[in-house]
Amino acid sequence: MGNSDMNTTQHEKYKLNVGKIDEGFVIDHIRPGRGLTLYHDMGLNKLDCSVAIIQNAFSRKMGKKDIIKVETSIDNFNLDIISLLDHNATVDVIKNGEIIDKPELPLPKEVKNIIKCKNPRCISSIEQGLDQIFVLTDAETATYRCKYCETEYGNN
Amino acid sequence: MRHLMTPLDLSVEELDKLMDTAEDIKEQPDKYAHACDGRVLATLFYEPSTRTRLSFEAAMLHLGGKTLGFADAGSSSAAKGESVADTIRVASCFADIAAMRHFKEGAPMVAAQFAQIPVINAGDGGHQHPTQTLTDLMTMRSVRGSLSDMKIGMCGDLKFGRTVHSLIRALLRYNNVSFVFISPDELRLPDYMIEELDSHEGVEYTEVTKLEDALPELDVLYMTRVQKERFFNEEDYVRLKDFYILDSRKMEHAREDMIVLHPLPRVNEIAVEIDNDPRAKYFDQVKNGMYIRMALILMLLEIQVK
Repeated sequence: MGNSDMNTTQHEKYKLNVGKIDEGFVIDHIRPGRGLTLYHDMGLNKLDCSVAIIQNAFSRKMGKKDIIKVETSIDNFNLDIISLLDHNATVDVIKNGEIIDKPELPLPKEVKNIIKCKNPRCISSIEQGLDQIFVLTDAETATYRCKYCETEYGNN
Repeated sequence: MRHLMTPLDLSVEELDKLMDTAEDIKEQPDKYAHACDGRVLATLFYEPSTRTRLSFEAAMLHLGGKTLGFADAGSSSAAKGESVADTIRVASCFADIAAMRHFKEGAPMVAAQFAQIPVINAGDGGHQHPTQTLTDLMTMRSVRGSLSDMKIGMCGDLKFGRTVHSLIRALLRYNNVSFVFISPDELRLPDYMIEELDSHEGVEYTEVTKLEDALPELDVLYMTRVQKERFFNEEDYVRLKDFYILDSRKMEHAREDMIVLHPLPRVNEIAVEIDNDPRAKYFDQVKNGMYIRMALILMLLEIQVK
């Protein structure tokens, strides 16, 4: 048995198991460390259904990944935030324990009132009732910038 | 209705036309003396500024118009908590055009969204200062005849210096312009500006810390002030404020036809002994600033002068 096989077996033995869900959705392949941000930014912390966040799960493709499982309908969520935060993440919609849909997550050109500019010098930090607008400025790198101060989302 | 938020709101052709108009105003001021009779400019300055506000006011007065406004946030309704959106709605009732300076980045853009009149960004925090860029471009073109084929050194605070960022973006649209960025490590050009430079094929730039090394190869030296108001930490400001001082000894390294620009106010980064050097063009910049603002007001108010 080679070293890599042994590692995989040991990994399987001790891996953290979170059960399957019957109804709801799974956000998979989240870049490690972004799961908790996504959890908060999508407002999953405000739900009263079961929500599981798995951080640094083993991934053959990515090495490590975060996963979020939510036991409620996906219909009430704006999925733009997922591609905005991590455009490599995927979504599986689950019904009766089966995957019934894998919605595409295109990069939105503009997002309104989903994320907030964290630049303390930005007008959006003090102007009452101002929409928080971010604009896609580079589709290749999925870079979003605040419409007002041009600060990059994630880098502020 | 158009606004001016960044220098890139104007195409290269529009910029050329604007600078032509400004040069014409400079040569024949009488022709334009009544172009804005009966028109009012609102100067909404939430942050103190002597030169920019006076320049806007002088521009409107020389066009025959009138001005109203406030010179700092304390003397405006902002002190009572009024939003930018409401202030510009009110100003729209009294004026035909507005120039707004604000300590928050993006504030003039918010104003433009709610205004019934053209809004000019007169500087928003560390973000943009488009009319200063127009002034810089006009001065360079006026002295050198063209904005292409030159090497420009930018020296001082390249991190928070909004005039530097705006000027780089504007110059990237001209042919064969290369840059030397001269700054201490702490005040280097931000990464997003470096990325922007890298995304333009064939644009050459270098980053250095010593001014003397860069001087001999420059066509233009653009000096900036280390701005106290951009620092959260007084200690950092004190340490960096005198990092560069341009004096006659250093000017000996520069070519005879190099020009020195500075958006002003200067503190002590240019020794006063340089003021009489024919290469010092920063006071010409101030004059040009008024002419280009006059041309801009005419353009945004869609006034043609025959």
